[in-house]
Amino acid sequence: MAENILEVKNLKKYFKTRSGMLHAVDDISFTLEKGKTLGLVGESGCGKSTTGRTILRLIEPTDGQIVFEGKDICKLNKSQLRHMHKDMQLIFQDPYSSLDPRKTVSQIISEPIIANKLLKNKDEVEARVAELMELVGLAPRLFNTYPHELDGGRRQRIGIARALAMEPKFIVCDEPVSALDVSIQAQILNLLKELQEKLGLSYIFITHDLAVVNHFADDIAVMYLGKIVEKAPAEELFINPLHPYTKALLSAIPIPEIGAKKDRIPIKGEITSPVNMPDECRFCKRCTYANEKCSPLPELKEVSPGHFVACSRLDEI
Amino acid sequence: MSRKTKAGEFKAYKKRSFAQEVWRNYKKSPSAMLGLILIVLIIIVAITAQIVYDYNTDIVQQNIKQRFLSPGTPGHLLGTDNYGRDVLTRILYGAKYSLAVGLVAVAISCLLGSTLGLIAGYYGGVVENIILRFCEVFMGIPSVLLGVAIMSAFGQSLAVLMLAVGLVYVPMFARTARAAVLPVREEEYIEAARVSGVSDFKIIFQHVLPNALSPIIVQVTMGVANGILSASFLSFLGLGVPVPAPEWGAMLSSGREYIRDYGYLTTYPGIAIMITVLAFNLMGDGLRDALDPKLKQ
Amino acid sequence: MNEPVKNDAPVLNIENLNVKFVTEDGVVRAVNGLDLQVGKGKALGLVGETGAGKTTTALSILRLVPDPPGVVDCEKLELNGKDIMGMSTHELEQIRGKEVSMIFQDPMTALNPVFTVGDQIAESIHLHENVSMVEAQKKAVEMLELVGIPGDRAGEYPHQFSGGMKQRVVISIALACHPQLLIADEPTTALDVTIQAQVLDLMKELRTKYDTSLIMITHDLGIVAEICDEVAVMYAGNVVEKGTLEDVFNHTLHPYTEGLFNSLPNINDRKAMLKPIPGLMPDPTDLPEGCPFYPRCQYADEACKKPQQKKYVSDTHYIRCCAYDREGFHIERKEKT
Repeated sequence: MAENILEVKNLKKYFKTRSGMLHAVDDISFTLEKGKTLGLVGESGCGKSTTGRTILRLIEPTDGQIVFEGKDICKLNKSQLRHMHKDMQLIFQDPYSSLDPRKTVSQIISEPIIANKLLKNKDEVEARVAELMELVGLAPRLFNTYPHELDGGRRQRIGIARALAMEPKFIVCDEPVSALDVSIQAQILNLLKELQEKLGLSYIFITHDLAVVNHFADDIAVMYLGKIVEKAPAEELFINPLHPYTKALLSAIPIPEIGAKKDRIPIKGEITSPVNMPDECRFCKRCTYANEKCSPLPELKEVSPGHFVACSRLDEI
Repeated sequence: MSRKTKAGEFKAYKKRSFAQEVWRNYKKSPSAMLGLILIVLIIIVAITAQIVYDYNTDIVQQNIKQRFLSPGTPGHLLGTDNYGRDVLTRILYGAKYSLAVGLVAVAISCLLGSTLGLIAGYYGGVVENIILRFCEVFMGIPSVLLGVAIMSAFGQSLAVLMLAVGLVYVPMFARTARAAVLPVREEEYIEAARVSGVSDFKIIFQHVLPNALSPIIVQVTMGVANGILSASFLSFLGLGVPVPAPEWGAMLSSGREYIRDYGYLTTYPGIAIMITVLAFNLMGDGLRDALDPKLKQ
Repeated sequence: MNEPVKNDAPVLNIENLNVKFVTEDGVVRAVNGLDLQVGKGKALGLVGETGAGKTTTALSILRLVPDPPGVVDCEKLELNGKDIMGMSTHELEQIRGKEVSMIFQDPMTALNPVFTVGDQIAESIHLHENVSMVEAQKKAVEMLELVGIPGDRAGEYPHQFSGGMKQRVVISIALACHPQLLIADEPTTALDVTIQAQVLDLMKELRTKYDTSLIMITHDLGIVAEICDEVAVMYAGNVVEKGTLEDVFNHTLHPYTEGLFNSLPNINDRKAMLKPIPGLMPDPTDLPEGCPFYPRCQYADEACKKPQQKKYVSDTHYIRCCAYDREGFHIERKEKT
């Protein structure tokens, strides 16, 4: 049995809004094996980004446990948490808003090193920055440039170098390639893969792009309105999706091939806001198979080894 | 993607520091350049006047024989006042009071106000509420009344005048700074700094402040203009720099008695105030456009 | 329509379109000598990455390139045989919305927040169809129902609609006057994948219904495969490969097109390594002399540094790539049959 680097148990994050309690993340659990990638997939508003940030406690969880290397990080105080962030890092979606426009590339990458006093000597810091830049494929001449002089792909590399500066063991990648062009997207995905092998990193990879997550992740969890509706190894999920939402999601991907199989599963209406949810399946309002069995809210059940589904009518459909 | 942002991306390939970019935009506006040139001239005048003229003999010494010489009299281009003192000399010498009051007052209000605004904007919640309500109460008091109150409480002197004018503008800076911080607070690089283990203090001063600086800089230039006006106004009411110092507002005030017969006594100091205030306002407008090119489009 | 258009006459004919933007930092050459024809009832996919000049091309067709800084220069720009370049502002206004419409990427900003969606659809009909506002309102309700929105929501404001619904409203405005040509600029990029599927299905359905020609601007080859008959791949302001869907997808010729395909994760083979195109798009103020792609191209040689000519390999399929002048040259991507 491989070692788990991260265990999330019954994580909840509720936000108070004017119209009621918003269940952004609603009682989700999962584990991440060391050196592996867990893909967190879903449409906008499903709570995947909130989950990513809550795991790092950038957003305080409402309830639940986040056990990282055996320690529950929900119990840490501010300075212990800061210490913990050396091991847990975040790569952002938007390579424009995630880099301070008033700082040079080297200032951005060196910031975590200096803030955590990892290296004191200025020359050592510079050498480390140069090393990190090489690691992510940034030319040394970019050392003193400003982010606005660079394109999206290079900016994303800066963000990755910054995340790697403290030699983390675990990185949350929040849609790291969504804002990039396809040819650049492939460059960044390859880089992330390469770094994982080289440095033994574990990733949580948040995305709405199923093709990307299929390529990148070992396990995939599909989220809908704050809930995980299906979780399985990547191959298994793509060959044998069980939850109606996963099926619909998979069938909606446009495939760049002529005459690709097109038995699209219809999906009614649009995602709603998870405010004041009744005790029923989150997806049942849009599900073609919905009936009275969909209430109460189905639990996530293991149907085959490693394959979990939350659907009450699984046997019938 | 709109074409505008695309052109912006192309531009981004060119290498230029922030200050250079601002200066390049600033240069393009003739009125902004006029403001800058006027301000430089006023500063030069203020400095040279201190060197050329002696306070006791040239500025305050009375000469009854030469009272009310009209403008254009040889040796007295702008005439003399009711004590026979040369108006031009006094106006040139007086530039230093206006500049000093304007700059020091703004420094006080900017430091206090921006800090409050930064804290309010960054932390939000209760802290923000307290600071904002305090500002609202403060702004509810008419600024002149507040200035008068401070001057009467602490006595009449240049230093108190600076303090009074400075305090009056604290809420304005606090609100400007807070408004500028709000969008920056939402940026992902702030979050990135937090994950990187950077302390709140450093985040505020190294990330938030530099990115929220533009509106504050504009507020500073505009604030200097306002400060000069307020100082002149208090002096005009007799609460500013004590006589016989040639503060422009005070000169206006003392010329007021003779406005029917010797109107130039009030006209020229008034023009001096106007030009200075105008110069700072022009510069403020130019800076705002140069710092935020989006506003122009 | 007064006279029937001949079947083989293209709805849109562009020859040698050049667009540049004169900025302080130099001349941005956004489109360079582009030719494009769209046949009646055909759907053309205009594919390329950010900065390839796709949107600029679309805006040129509507004569909406801002001037200054834009300078549009075109040998021939004809819509239904009518010369667009020579039109007055008034004539252009007649054509926009009536004969050619555009759908923009962001449905959030394409609608005016202070008018009801019904009024916004009706406005376009009222302007072009010579009908009273009351009648236009009626038609607006029909249009809404056509795009799958209950007609009684015509009195609601844009903020009461979700993103996908807004894009449906935008589509109904664009199609309200049954234009011959519809230009859709990344119409589904801002939408979730399930909503994207709904909107694409809708567009496909309406296009067949009205026999509208379509230019689909996108970076997503999957969408092209789903909705288009023809594909034009753009790079640095020009079409580098154009052909039918089958030509381009199954008999790919241009190295850049190959690079685009290789960059995509393969949904059927998750272990396949991605082969990204090395390097970056060239700076549009400083384009290389010859083929704009040669600095990134693995097959490039000396001849690529000279200007590239169109090279037809079949009636429908052409490329701008001189590598095929070499004896026995082929790219690595395998042909599909």
